[in-house]
Amino acid sequence: MQNDNIIQHPQFIREGKQVAFAPGTLKKVHELILRYPEGQQKSALLPLLHIAQEELGGHLSVDIMDYVASLLGIQPVEVYEVATFYSMFYLDNMGKYVIEVCRTGPCALAGSEQILAHLRDVLEIKPGETTPDGIFSLREVECLGSCGTAPVMQVNTEYYEKLTPGKVDRLLEDLREYANKNKPGGSTWVEKFC
Amino acid sequence: MGGKILLASIDIPGIREFGVYRASGGYAAVEQALRGMTPAQVGNEVTKSGLRGRGGAGFPTGLKWSFLDRKSDKPRYLVCNADESEPGTFKDRYLMHHLPHLLIEGLIISSYALGVKTCYIYIRGEFKYLVGILETAIREANKNGFLGERILGTDFSLNIYVHPGAGAYICGEETALLESLEGKRGNPRIKPPFPAFKGLYGCPTVVNNVETLATVAPIIRMGGEAYAKIGRGKSTGTKLISACGNINNPGVYEIEMGLPVEDFIYAPEYCGGIANDKYLKAVIPGGSSVPILPADLMLNTARGEKRLMTYESLADGEFATGTMLGSGGFIVFDEDACIVRNTWNLAHFYRHESCGQCSPCREGTGWMERVLYRIEHGAGKMSDIDLLVRVAKNIEGNTICPLGDAAAWPVASAIRHFRREFEYHVKHPEVVKNTSHGALNYEVESMIPDSGTGVNYW
Repeated sequence: MQNDNIIQHPQFIREGKQVAFAPGTLKKVHELILRYPEGQQKSALLPLLHIAQEELGGHLSVDIMDYVASLLGIQPVEVYEVATFYSMFYLDNMGKYVIEVCRTGPCALAGSEQILAHLRDVLEIKPGETTPDGIFSLREVECLGSCGTAPVMQVNTEYYEKLTPGKVDRLLEDLREYANKNKPGGSTWVEKFC
Repeated sequence: MGGKILLASIDIPGIREFGVYRASGGYAAVEQALRGMTPAQVGNEVTKSGLRGRGGAGFPTGLKWSFLDRKSDKPRYLVCNADESEPGTFKDRYLMHHLPHLLIEGLIISSYALGVKTCYIYIRGEFKYLVGILETAIREANKNGFLGERILGTDFSLNIYVHPGAGAYICGEETALLESLEGKRGNPRIKPPFPAFKGLYGCPTVVNNVETLATVAPIIRMGGEAYAKIGRGKSTGTKLISACGNINNPGVYEIEMGLPVEDFIYAPEYCGGIANDKYLKAVIPGGSSVPILPADLMLNTARGEKRLMTYESLADGEFATGTMLGSGGFIVFDEDACIVRNTWNLAHFYRHESCGQCSPCREGTGWMERVLYRIEHGAGKMSDIDLLVRVAKNIEGNTICPLGDAAAWPVASAIRHFRREFEYHVKHPEVVKNTSHGALNYEVESMIPDSGTGVNYW
């Protein structure tokens, strides 16, 4: 059942694009679904959304969520409610590199506030925003589980630890260069699952 | 390096690979259990060892296993809780990163004891790089006949799968984890029924922490009774402690239970003292959810005894003058740390991570955060301090899962032990405003009017 009128929220705009995984990814996806018992394919939803977000444009559009629902044989709304719950799924367009700075207790003790302030100054955006050139998005996130090497941030789920403003500058420089060469920010989910 | 049990082989180069791990005595416990012991005997050894859940609650593992519904004809599941998201805790990450095969070994033996054929490792999505490490370890174990069909030629078969979460602290709560594993939002379930009867897909399920399950392998190797001799009293064995904050050597340490807290903080082989030659102000010893204690109560109990790293000693004095061992996330604050700021920071965390199912937690965490925000940013009232205590009390115990308690305890304990610091913030708004530093200056400028009244936070 797909009634366009149900979805009024500005984030939920169905663009009507045809989306599909590449054949290699699709094979991996079907293997992943088989890890769960018969009738419980919905369990594969979180891994699939990770892969979809990564391979189909960096965020979960309604078209992508509908596609994932069709792969698992579940209602689209079952995907929407999950995608809106977890902080690693983005509903909005994101930059090529998503910089997520940990803000919680131990990182704050070690100076994450200064790191975030530095990023805001250098990138000239606030958390939740993307640079106009579409290269960087900045986010504040909760504990990344790396408190012994604080302050910490993740760029496209790669960890960068014991940060200083100088290290951040060097990283941003490298990432800008990567962006020119069209390199991804890290290894992919499909590579991780064997 | 005596006394290490879990991390005994961590310094061997290449220990992450199957061959090296096997050559150093790895998977011997699997052979020992599968070839020479019945599942009940394995369970007995774990019970005898006195092993307690290392994820935070400290519930006896053998007892938890004994609750599993063995009469049901449904399949049983073992779920390894690797959703390590408690602020200050990074021990499971360390363990899985360096010794993935130790976890796999523990999972095989535990599954054998519980009669489980399918086991899932639910790992937080941010630990994507660990997914690759674990999957590689599983594939290696499979290739060498320790996983898959008819392991070591016995009738026992097992498959282990890695399942990534996607950034939700609440999914570390066992029933929320099961919901998430079923592909749903991470809303905790009402207990009972407990997962031992109705867990994953409505089947009997055991959920254990990574460290707990990894410890099962050395327990079988050395025997439950020998393991129980290590440690002190009912806190048997060793515990991984992840130390962070203002200390010289942050990192993961395996300690024998019963080590004095003072030694842990100041000994060069552990935390190595407070960084920059400062003084100790306070400690949160078990992850951000447990009560914070000031230095004097942390080093000695209210009765004047030395405080030890055990479940019992840390809880001595209950919440009035005690705290909890929790998950072992040991956060140290030096003399310059602002307790109000830290409490506000943690309140923000719990507000963000509340699943929103129960009103006391959904609303209360937001109220606490906003009140703390205005105290920290120089717009607080004296009555706000008691208001916080009241809100915390109304959350505690009134929610489906312990996240409500976890959000209330840090606030209540910070006010209990550091009320004067809160009062100082209220009495000296100008000082507080000017000492706000870093990123928050942006918010302070835009969100608090100069008059200091009427905080428009949202």
